[in-house]
Amino acid sequence: MKRIILGTSVLAALAACDSSFGADWRQFRGNAANSVAVGESLPTELSGETIAWKTPLPGRGLSGPIIVGDKVFVSSSSGYGQDRLHVVCVNADSGEQVWQRQFDATGRTMTHDKMCNATPTMASDGERVYAFFSSNDLICLDMQGKLQWFRGLGSEFPNASNSLGMSSSPVVIGSTVVVQVESDAEAFACGVDTVSGETKWQIERPRAANWTSPSVLPATNDQPALALLQSSKGLTAVDPETGKIVWNFEKGASTIPSATVSDGAIVIPSNGLTAIRPSGEKFEELWNSAGLSPATPSPVVIDGMAYVMNNAGVLSAGNTSTGERVWQLRLKGSFSSTPIAAGGYIYAFNESGTAFVVKPEADKGVVISELDLAETILCSPGASNGGLYVRSDQHLIKLANPK
Amino acid sequence: MRADCVYRRVLLSAILVFTFTSERSRADDVADSIKLLQSIEPGGKDTGVARKAVDSLASSGAMLSVLKGFKGSSPLAVNWLRNAFEEIVTAEKAASKPLPVEELKGFIADRSESPIARRLAYETLRDQDAAIEAELIPDMLLDPSPEFRRDAVAKLINEASAAEAAAATPIYQKAMSGAVHEDQVKQIAEALRKNGETVNIQKHFGFLSQWMVIGPFDNKEEKGFAVAYTPETTAAESKPLDPTVEYDGQLGKVKWQAVVTEDDYGVLDIAKQIQNYKGSLMYASTSWKSDRDQNVEVRLGTPNAWKLWVNGKLVFEREEYHRSSAMDQYKVPVSLKAGENILLLKVCQNEQTQDWAQKYQFQLRVCDSTGSAVLPVSTTAKNDVSSGENR
Repeated sequence: MKRIILGTSVLAALAACDSSFGADWRQFRGNAANSVAVGESLPTELSGETIAWKTPLPGRGLSGPIIVGDKVFVSSSSGYGQDRLHVVCVNADSGEQVWQRQFDATGRTMTHDKMCNATPTMASDGERVYAFFSSNDLICLDMQGKLQWFRGLGSEFPNASNSLGMSSSPVVIGSTVVVQVESDAEAFACGVDTVSGETKWQIERPRAANWTSPSVLPATNDQPALALLQSSKGLTAVDPETGKIVWNFEKGASTIPSATVSDGAIVIPSNGLTAIRPSGEKFEELWNSAGLSPATPSPVVIDGMAYVMNNAGVLSAGNTSTGERVWQLRLKGSFSSTPIAAGGYIYAFNESGTAFVVKPEADKGVVISELDLAETILCSPGASNGGLYVRSDQHLIKLANPK
Repeated sequence: MRADCVYRRVLLSAILVFTFTSERSRADDVADSIKLLQSIEPGGKDTGVARKAVDSLASSGAMLSVLKGFKGSSPLAVNWLRNAFEEIVTAEKAASKPLPVEELKGFIADRSESPIARRLAYETLRDQDAAIEAELIPDMLLDPSPEFRRDAVAKLINEASAAEAAAATPIYQKAMSGAVHEDQVKQIAEALRKNGETVNIQKHFGFLSQWMVIGPFDNKEEKGFAVAYTPETTAAESKPLDPTVEYDGQLGKVKWQAVVTEDDYGVLDIAKQIQNYKGSLMYASTSWKSDRDQNVEVRLGTPNAWKLWVNGKLVFEREEYHRSSAMDQYKVPVSLKAGENILLLKVCQNEQTQDWAQKYQFQLRVCDSTGSAVLPVSTTAKNDVSSGENR
């Protein structure tokens, strides 16, 4: 009972501190890192009229937008060597740039041509934003663009890089920014204090190239929130305050799409898709489905269904109780971007810039509408206050129902 | 906490208290804030103090002082100073104060200042008046800033592209004299060769083309990366390379052999020029004669795991296989001594079977921080490798 009261008090305190948290989209795949926009109602009939605004961006970027209150943040990189780092703040209503800050990369900037230095998506705790780059530069700014701290993890750990590029996006859990910096030559994860920028903990990770991002296992009455670190070896649950390993799933996992948490269960891109349910320092394996195998986009789980996208642009839906594949829907083109779910619809963007709104039904998926934005889109979108935000190679775009 | 760390924090706190509380001149405050930012160390230490220093500078209007602070500062400090400069510009604009155009132009023209700061000053002016590009960029062809050079070269390429062949050649040649980026050099070289001109791209970039190579040594299961075979231990002892001596290799006795690459970009292709021994490693050595003690960058491109020694000292190692390869993939700062400098490279191939995992090669050049070639003095090097102007 004491724990329940304490938990309730903490939630009440959090709500009192920041009533807008629910409407924000604070990190890669949203606040809970599960690609679900809770309570959002986004446009379902996409057309030119649903393009609320389109704002030019500097350089290039695969990073997705994050939204905090009335501000949208996105990172970019520019220059011949992709060594100029940009953090751009845009007004969510008007699309006008509020501020832009630039920095110089301190780590290696080489990436595959398809990627660029600004591949990881930013994160925020509502008071500050955290921009991370392939060069392993981790930058904290306040909401006005004032530099709070700068960690050159690329220069501090010069062998922790990948010539194809790094893509892991940070997550914020409590007062810790959790980052994974994993390559063949050197690999670690660390928790960085959100306020000071100092390292709280650092743990060695499997030395292998890894492009996945940390996920968040929300707090329960029995356990504080945990960071979920995925690699080719499996999935490791870590206390974000101390770096202490709580449990290890060791059946291997993908190094590109990341695990997704829903209703206390974790869906891991492992041997297709594997679901586990953690409890304290243990976990129970629920099912495995070789027929649900995500390519680059991470799985999306909502309302008892898991949705995965393969290399050919086929969206598959599986039952999260059994792992059984229920239906498949072929969309057009290739997908790098993880779809998001909102208001009973799935929103997906292919690499050539076509947006799809899919209505998932019991036995099939139906494309409700699509809109060709005609620009390369490799990032995962964000959603907040009725707006669907996506970045192309050139623009930050807001889709919303016309006012 | 270490004693020096404690001392440093006390010192920073003292500077901060003194800076913001005492009756001092604004110039002293600015100078102290800049010094404080210059002293920031990696690891997230003292960031609160740095933030206060930026706040102090933001309202100072001291653009030039902050820009001058970039010179000699660490990359971390440069990022703090850049943020301070941007905040000053934001504050000045908010107060409708004009930019100090002439002072900024003077700063941009001073090539002894930090290339990053000069570029920042330039872009700040350009945001206000795009005409500054036409005014300043043509004189930037041999600038210490690669970004300025790139703009100047691009301008010349455009000019040459629009000219007749005979008139274009000298313009392309002029462009080539300042080009430090691969894409521009490729474009210029292609145009010049089309016009019948000879272009030595190897020399332009400073690629080392003549090597002594020995191997294969065993790297099955990638275990050889950590094994110090005899060429490596010999190098570590700074002993000269002896081309007549045989060593025990992976497949029998091996000895040093001369290998030359004719590739424009200095790629020495072990797989093609020797053999793609799977699960093996090779050593490649060359000498580089310097006319003085100097700091340079050794820039390496290879898809294979590697270690690099300069004059017997291991300067970097990286155990990564087949994650792409490109010119200037790795930039290793190196101190060269006057006279002969011996470079030894260990290149490791693994046993991956995929088509994209068969490359066994490297390209290596010596340049300055802008990417401009630094050439050795003409000489006949040791190890039967002739060197000099043709490198």
